[in-house]
Amino acid sequence: MIEIQNLKKSFGDNLVWSDVTFDIQDGETLAIIGRSGCGKSVLLKHLNALLYPDEGEVIIDGKNIFKLDYVELRKVRQRFGVLFQGSALFDSISTFENVAFPLRYFTDQAEDEIRKNVNEALEMVNLEGVGDKATAELSGGMRKRVGLARATVIKPDYLMYDEPTSGLDPQTSDEINDLIIDMAANLDITSIVITHDMHSVLRIAERVAFLDHQELCWYGTLDEMCESTYDPLVKFIKASEYQIKKNAKENI
Amino acid sequence: MNVFKQLGKYCLLLYQAVRSSTEFKTYKNNLINELVKIGYESIPIIMLTGIFTGAVMTIQTTYQLEASFIPKSTIGSIVSESLLIELAAVISSLVLAGKVGARISTELGTMRVSEQIDALESMGFNSVSFLVVPRVLAGLLMFPILYIVASVFGIGGGIVAGVLSGSLPAAEFMKGAREFFYPWDVLFGLIKAFVFGYIITSVASFKGYYATGGAEGVGTSTTQATVLSCIFVLLADFLLAVILL
Repeated sequence: MIEIQNLKKSFGDNLVWSDVTFDIQDGETLAIIGRSGCGKSVLLKHLNALLYPDEGEVIIDGKNIFKLDYVELRKVRQRFGVLFQGSALFDSISTFENVAFPLRYFTDQAEDEIRKNVNEALEMVNLEGVGDKATAELSGGMRKRVGLARATVIKPDYLMYDEPTSGLDPQTSDEINDLIIDMAANLDITSIVITHDMHSVLRIAERVAFLDHQELCWYGTLDEMCESTYDPLVKFIKASEYQIKKNAKENI
Repeated sequence: MNVFKQLGKYCLLLYQAVRSSTEFKTYKNNLINELVKIGYESIPIIMLTGIFTGAVMTIQTTYQLEASFIPKSTIGSIVSESLLIELAAVISSLVLAGKVGARISTELGTMRVSEQIDALESMGFNSVSFLVVPRVLAGLLMFPILYIVASVFGIGGGIVAGVLSGSLPAAEFMKGAREFFYPWDVLFGLIKAFVFGYIITSVASFKGYYATGGAEGVGTSTTQATVLSCIFVLLADFLLAVILL
């Protein structure tokens, strides 16, 4: 379980959010939603200490990760897989090597085993046979899937997705959503998804955390969200529904 | 205030680099790549820089030493001394600030803004050890070698220019070069190249590693890395001359 307690973060004089407190239960899929610029990605980067807060704690299995020394922190980070917004693939190496990267450095696997695991990971995201391609040759959706294969190849306990469907067409977005559901089910992974795409939230999330006005202003299950009368959340959902309809109209 | 903040960040990055320089397994492959990129791939431009610097020095020194009572071999000694003490190290480093410094800064800056550095960190990598240490180490190792290349080809260029322009024969040039040759001059040049290699690779790594703001930010960090490297190379050149000569 990940416990986030009283987190506060600011960049210079700009407060991003304060007093953010919630839990992430093992095996669940949590969606963190909110408008662009509300600090969702910043919050995500606190969960594996890529960023440090001004105040507060992130406790994983009873340990505050901000107090760990670098060696211990690296072990914690290795329990996380992260799919970044822009996929963050290394463009100087091939698709295969991107996925093999964590295996080469963090395991003692032989070349045959690495090859087998990479091919399995690529297969899981429906990308068989693209290993030899340069990452620059891949489409946006394919890059996301390669990023997902790289994030899962070391079998993490937690998988974090930063805007997994942003910039993708509805059909590819649906494919990514399916993968998120499959990953959670097949790998028994705890998933944390940052998004402002309500269509995705409704498909994948079990619980939802809503960031607005520099704080975590709503937190509950998906059913509770659908029935909520909390005004800012309702407005956010309605605005997203309008956006979904607008996108659908444009795609006809 | 911002200058002190930047200086603090730079020192912190260097501290992290020194501390993580023991993680040889992490940066071994990158170090080999950087040795090739900084060293081997820079040889052609350094040869050209050396040849033309030596050639121009010879022709200009001949022009300035018109008096018939000055022995022709003096030209050889002035050109070779100038190359060994100053020009081979400084001019090569200014060229490399553009070639090597700009490349390092752009590479790391692009990795930063496209979240590749975050991806490394999130996998449990020490990104400083993986990216910064091999670049700075390769600079420290290869710049002195490139200084030797620049010196050799500079003297060669000087000899060829002297012969082709008819101002002095090769034997006269070498006689002058040998007469005033002190091993300390070469050592001084090597020390300079070592320091310049450190300045260029560390400043470029720092600027790239902390780049912000997309393509424009990478462009800005690359420009700053190149300009700052050149300024610090010239400043270090002066300080080394004051301290060591």
